[in-house]
Amino acid sequence: MALRAYAAAKRTLSVVDKLQEMNWGLVLLITLVAGAGVVMLYSVAGGQMQPWALSQLLKFLMGLFVLVAVATIDIRIWMSLAYPAYGVALLLLVAVVAMGHVGMGAQRWVSLGGFDLQPSELMKISLVLALARFLHGKSVEDVSKPLNLMLALSMIAVPAIFVVLQPNLGTTLIIVADGCALLFLAGLSWWWIGPALGAVAAAIPLTWEFLLHDYQRHRVETFLDPGSDALGKGWNITQAKIAIGSGGLTGKGFLEGTQSRLNFLPEKQTDFIWTAICEEFGFVGALAILILFGMILFYGLQTAMSARSQFARLLAMGVTLNFFFYIMINGAMVMGLIPVVGIPMPLLSYGGSAMLTVMFGFGLLMSVHIHRQVEIPRHSGGII
Amino acid sequence: MPVFDKKDKSRYTAFTRRTLGVGGGMSLVFAVLAGRLYQLQIRDGEEYLTASEDNRVSQRPIAPPRGRILDRFGAEMATNRRNYRVMIVAEQAKQGVRQALDQIGKVIQLSDLQKKKILADVAKNKKFVPVPVVENLSWEEFSRINLHLPYLPGVQPDVGETRDYPFGKEMVHVLGYVASVSQDDLKDDTDPLLDLPGYRIGKRGIEKAFDREVRGQAGDSRVEVNAYGRIVRELGKNAGEPGQDVWLTIDCELQRFADQRLGEESAACVVMDVDTGHVLSLSSTPGFDPNWFNVGLSGPQWRDLTTSDYKPLLNKVMGGTYPPGSTFKPAVALAAVEAGIATPDFRVNCNGVYNFGGHAFHCWQRKGHGALDIEGALKNSCDVFFYETSRRLGIDKIEAAARLLGLGAPTGIELPGERSGLIPSRAWKQKTYNWAWQQGDTISIAIGQGYVTATPLQLCQMAARVASGKQVSARMVHSVGDKVMDLAAAPHLPVSDEALAVVRAGMDKVCNEPGGTSFAWRINEPGFEMAGKTGTAQVRVYSKEERARGLTNNANLAWKLRDHALFIGYAPVNNPKYAIVCMIEHGATPPHPHCQMARDILLFAQKRDTVGRPTAYPVKSAAIRGTTRGAQNETSGKEPG
Repeated sequence: MALRAYAAAKRTLSVVDKLQEMNWGLVLLITLVAGAGVVMLYSVAGGQMQPWALSQLLKFLMGLFVLVAVATIDIRIWMSLAYPAYGVALLLLVAVVAMGHVGMGAQRWVSLGGFDLQPSELMKISLVLALARFLHGKSVEDVSKPLNLMLALSMIAVPAIFVVLQPNLGTTLIIVADGCALLFLAGLSWWWIGPALGAVAAAIPLTWEFLLHDYQRHRVETFLDPGSDALGKGWNITQAKIAIGSGGLTGKGFLEGTQSRLNFLPEKQTDFIWTAICEEFGFVGALAILILFGMILFYGLQTAMSARSQFARLLAMGVTLNFFFYIMINGAMVMGLIPVVGIPMPLLSYGGSAMLTVMFGFGLLMSVHIHRQVEIPRHSGGII
Repeated sequence: MPVFDKKDKSRYTAFTRRTLGVGGGMSLVFAVLAGRLYQLQIRDGEEYLTASEDNRVSQRPIAPPRGRILDRFGAEMATNRRNYRVMIVAEQAKQGVRQALDQIGKVIQLSDLQKKKILADVAKNKKFVPVPVVENLSWEEFSRINLHLPYLPGVQPDVGETRDYPFGKEMVHVLGYVASVSQDDLKDDTDPLLDLPGYRIGKRGIEKAFDREVRGQAGDSRVEVNAYGRIVRELGKNAGEPGQDVWLTIDCELQRFADQRLGEESAACVVMDVDTGHVLSLSSTPGFDPNWFNVGLSGPQWRDLTTSDYKPLLNKVMGGTYPPGSTFKPAVALAAVEAGIATPDFRVNCNGVYNFGGHAFHCWQRKGHGALDIEGALKNSCDVFFYETSRRLGIDKIEAAARLLGLGAPTGIELPGERSGLIPSRAWKQKTYNWAWQQGDTISIAIGQGYVTATPLQLCQMAARVASGKQVSARMVHSVGDKVMDLAAAPHLPVSDEALAVVRAGMDKVCNEPGGTSFAWRINEPGFEMAGKTGTAQVRVYSKEERARGLTNNANLAWKLRDHALFIGYAPVNNPKYAIVCMIEHGATPPHPHCQMARDILLFAQKRDTVGRPTAYPVKSAAIRGTTRGAQNETSGKEPG
């Protein structure tokens, strides 16, 4: 072990060593959650592998491969790829706003040789990589210097603007929250944080008035009073709550979820998959999934704290927080705690783009874990 | 440069501390999520479970089979038969509904009008609701559709139930028919069945009068529906209560015979059991085929029905009122004997005209009848006799006798739309015309003209009362389901046997004594002889000039101006069982077909022995039958002819 740790530090781990170093417990947790997702997709399709469960299973397997592949790549290679990745993601984002085609009422996809890609997903990972790299070279004092702070905030703001233009409010929120969280973790002074929080609070009414799209405003309004539009926009929230609530303690049973099977749930296979779980497996089942999520997050925090380089720590936390924000926003949304925003439940919701992003993120987390002993000097590779 | 310095250390400490803080925040968020789960699933779980059941379960009414209508011997007069139909489901019709209809039109006949109506129906309903395209297909057409199904996406063959009237127009005025629910029907009827697409309710006749009983209780099917209202599966079913059968006192065979005998005339005929008032046959011609309403009437068909002079939609038996003419004379005769005016020695001399109050009232026999007693007056239908008798009687006694015989008031038969006719009285005239009763009015009433009107059914009931001496009321429903509709046995008429005997003797002579007004059309077979009274009802007043020109001869007049021809009677004369009325609108022309019809129908009824045959009622009535029959009729012995 010590030998391997030394070897890792010296960047001499073989692929076999790295595979042995992997945190297979985390992989098992991920597989359990994703498995539950496949089972639910089977159920909401009325007990059929088509059209979602089988496809999701294949995507997950592909994701597992991505995870392992990403994990075995040296953390320093990821560090040197951070800025180029960010640049490419930004270019694609611009492209999607400029010419991307419309899906679900919003421009979110770009066609790359027949493969639909969501650049905003790519940006989530790239931003974490780039910010981690940028902050890697900054001491606690450096982070709070206005120039550095401005640079870091621009790195967050530029992609955020393009994502919000798509328009995709949910992803924008995650990108901004993730970026700011990394600044916080890198040691940003409370002198900055305090006034910033105050400014955000003050900006909310202005945002409401000038920045939000009508559909976004409508979502918030219906959230505040779902009964006002019980058959229109309020329908989603009301029906989701009925689905969750009617599950009771132990649920209606596998394949017995009437709300999802009879199409009372909108987007039951994607954003609202959580409600189907709650309906069929009840409080017990939903809590079990929450615990699995919690354990994954715990692994994430532990990995971050055990890494020896600031880049690795921030990367691990960036990925972990990204995962957490998904769960928080989707969970709160479908349970009627916050307005409806288009955010899937990670690992559970049907969708290849999100699945690959999440698994790629876990790959990075695993790479951090494998290469936790690797020390990277603060000034190493710092271009900016 | 060292790999690690103090700055690295300080930011590691900061990172760890803040990461732990973030971890704490995460825990908090998870606690909120779990708390929300608890709130929704455990605390409010019951409430949401109810909401989800409400979402998924929908109740739909099921139409129970409509009860049958049967005659006294169990023949089905109205029943249900399979309705082979074709439905179209819009969402499954891949090339569109219009193309699908064109395709169907190649297999079975489909008019442009029908297509338009179907397209409108499709537009009204949700896309997955099957809409009827054509109904009541023959088996052959239905098979042809089934054969072509593979090329007809969205087209569904279907077997439903539809009302069937095997006897068509022959029974229509008894049964009525069923048709679609109208807005008016919905006003005071909240039965969920009425909301079913294509549901039909009784619109006339027994179908209307006993609609609630025949309809049955709506069943319901609990179905699981999805968010779009499409039925996913059936959860439970309650078939409801099937409609009750209605058993009529009608004898189908007798009624068919009567209907055929009336032919194309605008006529009415009723045959009644004199002891019970049970209607054995009730015809009003022309009729119409109630089965037409299953398919829907075409515009011209409906126009013919509503505009024809012969009024096929009207049940003339109890929906039409006519001056009874001379068929009213038995009532006057009864009053005269009861009042002690028409004693066996009482004679009136008829010379063809009766002058009263400066007005000449004519007898139909212009040369006069000479001196007649009351039986002779009935036999010859002498008008002058009754002018004089009624003058002596006064309107009050005539009115009382007429009411005793059931005129001037509805009989209470179970058919909707019965009219009461009119027996005038002093009070009535004062109220209606604000003018005192004149004796001249009485003189017109004496021969069933003037203000007096009656329905053929009332006249038949009158004949039955005269024949049996009982106050019978016209009834045609024996039982509904297992509930017998019996009335208490009819009481005897509060008149003397002597008076009844005189009237019966007069009516006997009408048919069976040479010179009687119906002698030419008597029943000549021993044991089956009938008694009766003819009547001719003027529809307008003849002027002196017209009489002079002989225009009272109906054959020379336009149909609508001709007199109505009436006949009431009963048979067999010595032991009456059947009473009859035959009325032909504007039919008083020489061959007197109404008398021939009455003769033939009464003979048919007697030979068939309608009242003697065992009935097929599921429950037997106790009250009416069993009273002695015929004992009081012994006196109405046949006078030598």
